[in-house]
Amino acid sequence: MSFVTNACIAGIYEHPLRVAPDHTVAQLHAEVAHGALLDAGLTLNDVDAYFCAGDAPGMGAVSMADYLGLKKLSYLDSTDTGGSSYLTHVNHAARAIAQGQCKVALITLAGRPKSEGSSGTQVRSQYASAPDFAFEKPYSPAPLNTYAMCAMRHMYEFGTTSEQLAWIKVAASHHAQHNPNAMLKDVLTVDDVLNSPMIADPLHRADCCVVTDSGGALIVVHPDIAKTLKKPVITMMGAGETTKGQMGGKVDLTYSGLAWAAPRAFAEAKLTPEQIRYASIYDSFTITVLIQLEDLGFCKKGEGGRFVEGGQLISGKGKLAFNTDGGGLCNNHPANRGGMTKVIEAVRQLRGEAHPAVQVPNLEFALASGIGGALGTRHGAAALIMGRLQ
Amino acid sequence: MSQSHRLPSPIINPENKPFWEAAQENRLILKVCNSCKEPHYYPRTICPHCGSNDTTWLESKGLGEIYSYTVMRRGVEVPFAMAYVKLNEGISLLTHLANCDFDAIRVGQKVRVVFQETQDGQKTHLFEPLN
Repeated sequence: MSFVTNACIAGIYEHPLRVAPDHTVAQLHAEVAHGALLDAGLTLNDVDAYFCAGDAPGMGAVSMADYLGLKKLSYLDSTDTGGSSYLTHVNHAARAIAQGQCKVALITLAGRPKSEGSSGTQVRSQYASAPDFAFEKPYSPAPLNTYAMCAMRHMYEFGTTSEQLAWIKVAASHHAQHNPNAMLKDVLTVDDVLNSPMIADPLHRADCCVVTDSGGALIVVHPDIAKTLKKPVITMMGAGETTKGQMGGKVDLTYSGLAWAAPRAFAEAKLTPEQIRYASIYDSFTITVLIQLEDLGFCKKGEGGRFVEGGQLISGKGKLAFNTDGGGLCNNHPANRGGMTKVIEAVRQLRGEAHPAVQVPNLEFALASGIGGALGTRHGAAALIMGRLQ
Repeated sequence: MSQSHRLPSPIINPENKPFWEAAQENRLILKVCNSCKEPHYYPRTICPHCGSNDTTWLESKGLGEIYSYTVMRRGVEVPFAMAYVKLNEGISLLTHLANCDFDAIRVGQKVRVVFQETQDGQKTHLFEPLN
C-alpha cells in the first residue's frame, strides 16, 4: 500500500497566547485539542488515536486521554524526541491510518516554560537519569552551549560567519511582523542580531528562539474523512525520522540526523529539494536552521551560510520561503518544543491560509523538519513532506 | 577570564565507577573493545561500535586537541569554557577548558588533561592548553 494520499492533515491550531501564567499545562493541551478539532470540523467523539510527548503532564497519553475525555482510542503513541516529537507523531499517525489501525488521530503539545522561568542557559532536568548525564553533569550542558559548539565547528570547517547566521533571524523577523500573535514582532537587521548580547560564543541572544507558554494541535485523518471536510485536503507524501548522538565518541557536529532521514522522506514523496518552495525548518537557534538546510539538500554541506545571505529565506524575495509565521526565532516555541508549529505553518501555507504578505502563491508541496533534544550531543530528527491535493 | 567555582559532581553508578575511581587518582581511562579494537566514550559495558561485551579499560595519555568549544557568558556560574576535546586515541569527549584565557581559545589547539575536585570532592577531567 502506498503511503502517498493515505493520510491527510485535516486540522491545525496554534494557541494564541505566548504567556499563560493562569493556565495549567493540561488546560492548554485541551484548548489546542478542541481548537484543532473545530478547525477540522470534527469532535472529540471522532478521535480514535492520540499522540503526545514529554510535555504532556502525568503519565503521558494515559493521563491526558482521561483528562480530555477520549473514550474511543484504538491507537496511542507517546514517542518523545524533544521538539521533533510532533513530526514523528504525524509520521506514525499517517502509517497507523494507512494500516487501518485508526482513522482520526489527535496530536497535542503545550507547556508553560515562560511562566516557569525556563531559559536556554539552564541544564534540562529531563537529562538527569540519562547514562550520558552521569559524565556530562559537571560541565552543565544546556541548549545554548551545546548548539554553540555546532556553530563554532561549522565556522571553523566552512568559514560560516555570524553575519550569515544573523540573516536567518532577520528573515524570520520579516515574517513575524505580519503575525499579531508573535512574541517578537520587530523587523531586525543583521547589525541588530550582532549587537545583541553574546550568550555562548558565537551565538548571540538574537540567534536564539523565544521562550513561550503556548501549545498546538494537529488532526491527522484517513483520506475518506478528509474528503468530507470543508478545508483543502493536505496529504502526507513522505516522512523520515532518526536519532543521532555522539557515536561512541566519533563526534561530528557538522551535520544532523536529517542527513539520514531527509533523503528517505524525499524518496518516499518522489520529490527533490528543488521542488520545495516553502519549508518550515526547526529553528531553536540560527545554526539549527543552517545545518538543516544543508542536510535537507537545499544546498551542499558547508554552503548554508552563502545560501541564506541577503534574505534568501524571506518569502517573496528569496529562493526558499521559510517559517513564515516568524518561527521559533520570533513567533512561538511552545514548551521549548518547536516541531508542532513547524507542521502548522506548513499546512497554513498549503491551504493558502498564511498571512497574505508571506503566502507562497500556488503552493503544491511543503516540507517541515524538526531537531529535538540537543544538536551538539544527541537529538531526534524528522522530516515531513506534504502536498495539497489538486 | 577563567572560572573559579566548583563544578557540579558527576553521577557515580556501578557501570562507571572505575572511571571515577581513576579520576580520583588523576588518571583518564577509556573503554576499548577487544573485539573491534575501537575505543569509545563515554564508557559502557557493551561496545557501542560493534555490540561486543568484551570491553576493557584503557588508560588515555590525556592529550588531544580542541574539536569545538564555546564560552558560556550568561546563566549561572559563568563564564565557563565548554569544549569537545578530540583525544589522540581518536575519540572526543565533552569537557571544560581550564587554566587559559577564554578569549584566546581556538579550535585545533593542543590540550592536555587536568583534574579538578567537584562540589562533593569527586574529581573530574578538564583540559588545559599546552605551552
